[in-house]
Amino acid sequence: MAQVSSIADDQSSKSITLRIARYNPEKDSERQFMEFTVPYEKWTTVLEAILDVKKHFDHSVAVRYSCRQATCGSCGMIINGKPRLACFTKISELDSNIVTVEPMNNFPIIRDLAVKFERLFDTHHKIKPYLDRDDTELESDAKEFLQSPEELEQYIQFANCIKCGLCNSACPTMATDSSFVGPQALAQAYRYVADSRDKGKDSRLKIIDDSHGIWRCHFAGSCSQVCPKGVDPAMGIQLLRGYMLGFRS
Amino acid sequence: MTQDEHKEGFKGMANPSRYGIERVAYWLMRLSGLGLLAYFIGHIYETSNILRGRVGWNEFLELTQTTEGHIVLAIVIAMCVFHTVNGIRVMLGHGGVGVGKPARPDYPYDPASQNYRHKIGIYSAIILAAIAMMYGLAVMFGE
Amino acid sequence: MRESTIMKIHYGTALAAVALVAVHILMRMTMNFADSLEYETVLANYKFIPYAIMLELILVLLSIHGFNGLRVILLELKQGRMYEKAVSYGCLAAMFGLIAYGSRTIIMTNMGMV
Repeated sequence: MAQVSSIADDQSSKSITLRIARYNPEKDSERQFMEFTVPYEKWTTVLEAILDVKKHFDHSVAVRYSCRQATCGSCGMIINGKPRLACFTKISELDSNIVTVEPMNNFPIIRDLAVKFERLFDTHHKIKPYLDRDDTELESDAKEFLQSPEELEQYIQFANCIKCGLCNSACPTMATDSSFVGPQALAQAYRYVADSRDKGKDSRLKIIDDSHGIWRCHFAGSCSQVCPKGVDPAMGIQLLRGYMLGFRS
Repeated sequence: MTQDEHKEGFKGMANPSRYGIERVAYWLMRLSGLGLLAYFIGHIYETSNILRGRVGWNEFLELTQTTEGHIVLAIVIAMCVFHTVNGIRVMLGHGGVGVGKPARPDYPYDPASQNYRHKIGIYSAIILAAIAMMYGLAVMFGE
Repeated sequence: MRESTIMKIHYGTALAAVALVAVHILMRMTMNFADSLEYETVLANYKFIPYAIMLELILVLLSIHGFNGLRVILLELKQGRMYEKAVSYGCLAAMFGLIAYGSRTIIMTNMGMV
């Protein structure tokens, strides 16, 4: 285990030990943790601490990030044992002198904290994440699809998904089932099924009515607890299943 | 850890400590289901001893009507009550009952599906299971 | 069979079994626990046709529910075409085996072949 200390520029700021999981599947046989002492302020996020390490100690730490404001969904990782967005998690909120960052579970590791998203994007694509109807706006006399505020309320919460993958990382079924569609895709299936403009309900329900589809969700709710955007995938999945069980029409 | 897929694996699935009482209920539901299936198979075998006549039945009864046997039966009662009560909660949830209504989320984004109705359902299942187990122990050891 | 059909059966068998098992347990509680396990009492239960039919129903319902539950857990633990087929057919075979074994006890006892 490597250990590096920083010289805090500002004597008034506090510091924490940042433990970063290091693993390169092409070279390493197992994961190792490197420890860095990093200064932080009340507003410092875990992502900023990792970037501080990259800037001052070890630029080879692999991490994916972009917007730094919980919009792009790139910086999901396990922070102190739970899936969170690094840019949306303040160190001061963690209430710990040691912050451990690891790559998200249930995603293949590219290197260190960066993981592959292929499976998430594949399952997302599988449930047809678009309005599915025969008539389109390409018709010459077509108008926009009108929708009431009440109809919008039915799905707008689920349209907040940023595809960060935290829900898939927390899901107990995803932990062992390589073929499970996953909470992210299932919540998005509900988003489109509940959209009054969409006509693809039957085909979507058929896609997820599989031995590794919606029935492998057991309503443990871990996905909803870690969602950084308030999407509540567990709710979407149960409402979607309500259609299949005849509770909803 | 499977490095290729980096799945959390059985330990991650079975670990009930990180995501609140709902994950504990998920874990207990599985455990009680497997326990009840094992008991059910044993019970079918146990009752088949009636075909061996009075002697065979009494012989097998002597094996099960022990302190250990009573404790196992009390645990089975608890598993049965928990699995039933929590099962009804989960079934209703699966139908979309009591999981809240979709709405624009507000920070800090408390998930509506993890609401007090379901938490009360889980705690009720645990408490009822404990009471049923106590009652079972009182009946079995009270004689 | 579609997964939704299987799971509807799973829920249906659960609800029906809860009602019947409750009757089964309540019947045990109509008398002293030790007395309810006496050879003559148990034999009389098996020979009472409505009760024997109820036991048969409980056997079928719980076997379907229990082994489908096991199938679900096993399918989630490991994946692969051969493994999944083995799990599905294995659970089905175990279910039929248990129903046959339990039915043998009920039918033979009911018919006085003890």
